[in-house]
Amino acid sequence: MNTVIEVDDLSVRFNDYRAVCDVSFQVEARDFVTILGPNGAGKSTLLKVLLGLIQPTKGRVSVLGREPEDVPPEMVAYVPQVKTLDRTFPARTIELVYTGLRSKWPIRGKRELYRKAHEALERVGAGHLADRPLSRLSGGELQRVYLARGLVRRPKIILLDEPATGIDASGVVGLYDVLYSCQRQLELTILMVTHDWEVASHHATKVLLLNTHLIAYGKPDVALTDACLRKTFGHVGHAHSMLLGGGRND
Amino acid sequence: MIEMLGLPFVQRALVAGVLVGFLASYYGVFVVQRHLSFLGTGLSHAAFGGVALGLLLGVEPLWIAVPFTVLVSLGINWVRGQTGLAGDTSVGIFFAISVALGVVFLSFRQQYSADAFAYLFGSILAVSRADLWVTFGVAAATLLSFPLWGRWAYATFDRDLARADRLTVDRDDYLLSLLLAITIVVAVKVVGIVLIAAFLVIPAATARLVSPTFLVMTIVSVAIGILSAVFGLFMSFWIDVPSGATIILLQAIVFFVALLTVRRRVSG
Repeated sequence: MNTVIEVDDLSVRFNDYRAVCDVSFQVEARDFVTILGPNGAGKSTLLKVLLGLIQPTKGRVSVLGREPEDVPPEMVAYVPQVKTLDRTFPARTIELVYTGLRSKWPIRGKRELYRKAHEALERVGAGHLADRPLSRLSGGELQRVYLARGLVRRPKIILLDEPATGIDASGVVGLYDVLYSCQRQLELTILMVTHDWEVASHHATKVLLLNTHLIAYGKPDVALTDACLRKTFGHVGHAHSMLLGGGRND
Repeated sequence: MIEMLGLPFVQRALVAGVLVGFLASYYGVFVVQRHLSFLGTGLSHAAFGGVALGLLLGVEPLWIAVPFTVLVSLGINWVRGQTGLAGDTSVGIFFAISVALGVVFLSFRQQYSADAFAYLFGSILAVSRADLWVTFGVAAATLLSFPLWGRWAYATFDRDLARADRLTVDRDDYLLSLLLAITIVVAVKVVGIVLIAAFLVIPAATARLVSPTFLVMTIVSVAIGILSAVFGLFMSFWIDVPSGATIILLQAIVFFVALLTVRRRVSG
């Protein structure tokens, strides 16, 4: 197997706050890894370390064989949480997708690049949104647009931070269908922070349970055990009954 | 009115008004869209500290106010980056320090500080040839920085996305802060310390109401900034009231007209 991400003994501290502690794992090409954990578990911090936005306090991280900050941006796409979007920013959808190609806000833009941006929107079923203002997109539409922006450069790896947050149930299903389809077409490696147990248990190839420390990492049936869930969340509760009772074993 | 255009001080006032209108409304779009409107107030009051120090030392206040305000601007960014404090908190700290320093500097002066009040409320008709050259210099630097518009706009939209795309966001921010600080200092002579924040905010806020994209917002803001400076200046001559305040009241009228128009369009 071809390892695309290696994290070895990673720790991140912000002053006295330990965000991530002694975490090690490897991701193979075309893996679909879901990262689960309670709020404040260090999930988003881990993604930002992989993007090179946060420096590790300790440990070593390698993405596609390089230090994260040395990886060309076209190789690793990032889909942030929708809730971070400034909806007062005046922009059309196509402009946001264009930034995925040029790393700057377009003034006039090249016709060829706009064509690619349109193609990316079509790929995620959002071609009709190209000229719509960002402020008028629903959560599900916006997440598709961010996905199109991430995929427009045909990256090797895509990192998604809670893509289902703020989207209704039908929107979530549609978004994941698009994501799986793109993974097959583009042979993507996916790392996704999520609270969506259904995706973790049914669709991920690996699950990473994080609560500052790495609790478990492996195939869903190995990672999502009673003991690991209790250690991660402090209880098993509804999620467990859904996962191990009615969900995965169906 | 036409004869007035032949007067050198009126010509200087007109050129200064156009240049300051352009500069403030251009940087204003970043200030407004980054939710840093309070930064304009903070930096203009930092300029007050610098002006007061210049008056105390008996040198041209602008030469002291420029580095003083730039230092304060860098200090605001540094404190925000080092401490994780909110931007408005960092601005508030430096705002208070600068005003306190300004008051202390003026209290050390032996003579009456009437000239300090000219800086508080602006005196566009007293713009000197040297002031104009400095303003031209800032405008030229701004024109040279136009290629950075796309990077600044991208980081304004989402800093993390821009950083993930390997843009040097922190360095770009320092440059933007530097140019903004210098713009505020040169604008102080035209509109005054008290009103410069409005000069930054109102054209950009008006443009935001009517613009579908950030590029259009920038163009509309600059157009409002320049045209309001020209018409405001002529109106102030005509009705014999202070120029800086007239320009800002004119901008405010444009803002409310845009607001009512947009509300009518949305509800209709």
